[in-house]
Amino acid sequence: MSVTLSDAIAPPALKSCPPAAQPGQPVPPSPQATTDAIETIWCDADHLIHQMQYLKTDQTQNYRLLLDITAIDERQRTHRPHPNCADFTLLYHVLRPTDGRQLRVKIPLTQDALIAPTLCPVFPNANWYEREIWDMFGIRFAGHDNLRRILMPESWQGHPLRKDHYSRATERGPFVLPASTEQAEQHALRDIPALAGMIDDTDDDPETMIINLGPNHPSLHGVLRLVVKLRGEEIIDVVPEIGFHHRGAEKIGERQSWHSFIPYTDRIDYVAGVMNNFPYVMGVEQLAGITVPARAQMIRIMLAEIFRIISHLVFFGTMVQDVGQLSPVFYVFTDRERALELIEMICGFRMHPSFFRIGGVAADLPQGWDARVRAFLAYLPRRLDEYQSMVMRNRIFKARTIGIGEYSAAEALDWGVTGPGLRATGIAFDYRKIHPYSGYDQLAFDIPIAQRGDCYNRVQLRLDEMRESLRIIAQCLKQMPPGPVKSNHPLAMPMPREAVLHDIDTLIPHFLNATWGAVIPPGEVSSTIEATKGLNTYHLVSDGTTQPYRVRIRTPSFAHLQIIPAISRGAYLADLIAIIGSIDFVMADVDR
Amino acid sequence: MNAILLSLIQAVAVLLGITLLAAGLTFAERRLLGFWQDRLGPNRVGWQGTLQIVADMIKIFFKQDWTPPFADKIIFTAAPIIVLTTVVLAFAVIPLGPLAGIMPNLNIGLLFFLGMTSLSVYGVILAGWSSNSKFALLGGMRAAAQTISYEVFMGLAVVGVVMLTGSFNLETIVAAQTRVWFVIPQFFGFLPFLIAGIAEAHRLPFDLPEGENELGAGFHTEYSSMKFGMFFIAEYASIVLISSITVVLYFGGWHGPWLPPAVWFALKIGAFIAFFILLRAALPRPRYDQLMSYGWKLMLPLTIANLAITGALMLGGIE
Repeated sequence: MSVTLSDAIAPPALKSCPPAAQPGQPVPPSPQATTDAIETIWCDADHLIHQMQYLKTDQTQNYRLLLDITAIDERQRTHRPHPNCADFTLLYHVLRPTDGRQLRVKIPLTQDALIAPTLCPVFPNANWYEREIWDMFGIRFAGHDNLRRILMPESWQGHPLRKDHYSRATERGPFVLPASTEQAEQHALRDIPALAGMIDDTDDDPETMIINLGPNHPSLHGVLRLVVKLRGEEIIDVVPEIGFHHRGAEKIGERQSWHSFIPYTDRIDYVAGVMNNFPYVMGVEQLAGITVPARAQMIRIMLAEIFRIISHLVFFGTMVQDVGQLSPVFYVFTDRERALELIEMICGFRMHPSFFRIGGVAADLPQGWDARVRAFLAYLPRRLDEYQSMVMRNRIFKARTIGIGEYSAAEALDWGVTGPGLRATGIAFDYRKIHPYSGYDQLAFDIPIAQRGDCYNRVQLRLDEMRESLRIIAQCLKQMPPGPVKSNHPLAMPMPREAVLHDIDTLIPHFLNATWGAVIPPGEVSSTIEATKGLNTYHLVSDGTTQPYRVRIRTPSFAHLQIIPAISRGAYLADLIAIIGSIDFVMADVDR
Repeated sequence: MNAILLSLIQAVAVLLGITLLAAGLTFAERRLLGFWQDRLGPNRVGWQGTLQIVADMIKIFFKQDWTPPFADKIIFTAAPIIVLTTVVLAFAVIPLGPLAGIMPNLNIGLLFFLGMTSLSVYGVILAGWSSNSKFALLGGMRAAAQTISYEVFMGLAVVGVVMLTGSFNLETIVAAQTRVWFVIPQFFGFLPFLIAGIAEAHRLPFDLPEGENELGAGFHTEYSSMKFGMFFIAEYASIVLISSITVVLYFGGWHGPWLPPAVWFALKIGAFIAFFILLRAALPRPRYDQLMSYGWKLMLPLTIANLAITGALMLGGIE
């Protein structure tokens, strides 16, 4: 296992950054070989802004979308990827929307100087990512205007994703919550509007008030808190506060075996089931060099598309209920039930099947699956027609959604919006088309787009996408190839029983795999899919052990929540609810 | 003496009838909604769930009657009483059948009804105000603006009927409809009246004072137990009230062939109640400002035009 796969891949061409404007000793950007062949360059903190500005605005680069910023605590890593690698690494992940090409910029930081310049002036959506890194790693960003903790409470001691922070409850003393602490925590929540800069001393307008929507509120789709500043019912400012659903999935990833982390991924976006397994297992397979059999790939696509329908149905019902139409949510949940029955028949589980495995899927399709899937394909289109006339043509619904929560394509890219939210602004960016994975290139489907980028468009696109998903499922049904559903790779499958009983060379790997779990070769990989709500990326770092060294989960919901303030100012309180509903987020997907 | 006793008995009977009807309506609404929404609705307690009302009542009576410490206690308690009282009082003038009803031939019957519905908004505003909670306040504010705006053309809409009959007496109005129901000559008075009526009862699509998706429960967010129960009963009582007054003004009251008058009256009211519930199952909720401009810019001109045309026709000697 000592041979790194990254050795085998030729380093990609060096991206030359134009000469730095600042004086000093410029460190030339230096490439790093990665398992996934995504171009990765090392830069230094002084040249970061310059480099990112270049990548974003230069015609030849045009990396308009900041996909993710994260950090890695490198202090315990044995397989250092690059000579520049220091104690911590900042990782900037950008994407070119025209062809889906990705690029990573890495910044080394030493333990005694954990500071980098903020990227907010270049990419507005860097804001929350930088707050998250401050929260999780304790890295400061110079010039950030509101560098507060974002997922953990302000009172938290330490930075959880550092390697020296404990990860299990048993590693710390028993949890106690004395009344004084409880009260202090509750009071701390009251300080949020002031901390977020909503209250300024000059503003003593008696007409304005601050109202808290959530964390418990019927229309917030989970535990989200929106601090809203109102004049009458008109919104002056909104500050979303997240972290109530934070479970530390990334930290948990560092102590699970590669295999046993799969069920945790299901619960990230809890309405999209196996869709979450998809990028994770694809990433691990890439690290381990496993090829997935064609049948397993097709099964994955089919299940992912069924879950796309399930997720869009839930979105549709709840969104429509948010604007006050009470009935459709019951109809769509009936439809969702049918889809879940399909999932249950195939996976034996409903919401969180964890059906994907490293190297394939857990089991073959059951007998008679095709008839049931066919029945579902015949059933749903008529229902979608009904929703079209019942909701989308309703005049009150139109009045509530057309022109509400509009954003342009440029704004969408600035805020890192992907998925239907981006396509509603007229950009036909679908990762399944632009960078086909798992065999999506063999299937015919269209990318529905809309032009205005308002709530109505976003709802309409989801309805259209369900039809496209049905088309994909129909093709899966027709083209389902025969063959195995699991790869025969030793890291994916148990060793053949007969061989284990006969020779020591198979017995030892079997023993290791069964007791420790598979040892995945060291390397780094980012694996992206078009999830139900947008791009879902898993950045996996393997240090050549049985556990991931770092699991970074980039979720679409997190990115999309950030745009709420920008598109809600000046709208009415009721519009805010429509906007929130149309954005389609799941709080577990935001907080992870 | 006998007359007083008789009207007292009638009053108690009507009061009990309305309360029971309103309570029954909560059950009927849930079953009907269930039917329209492809689900069952309450069907476990008693035969087909009919005892659900009893269960609900037990629940609501035994819940903690909690007054928030930050609320203005006196007004907070008075508000639901005002709402329920005014709605029930308005029933006094409804003619339930020939010679039935508490005071159907009151000469200002229609004005009394309008007055009572106007008063009930005070309960809602005061509830929102005295709760001292931001969500309740927003609900109360919405209620004030909505009710006042919609009352304007509600009052103007019924003037058409008053012009045709020359009376505010509801019994006279019913009697005038033996030949033709007023819904035909006064269709454009009926339409705004019904819409305003829905708004008065705070029913979807005009339930903005509650606006659960934005405001939690709007003006009654802070209420619990029987105080909430009073708002709840008042809402259903006002559905019955608006349905009955619509029937009286525009659908010939108890008039109808073959069946006894009381049955006709009940049937007509039942149809309107079902319509109210269907609205709730079918429509989304407009935004606050859309609701206001709908009222002022569409409904009010429509009502005024209806009045002008009615007046012109009467002057011209037609009808």
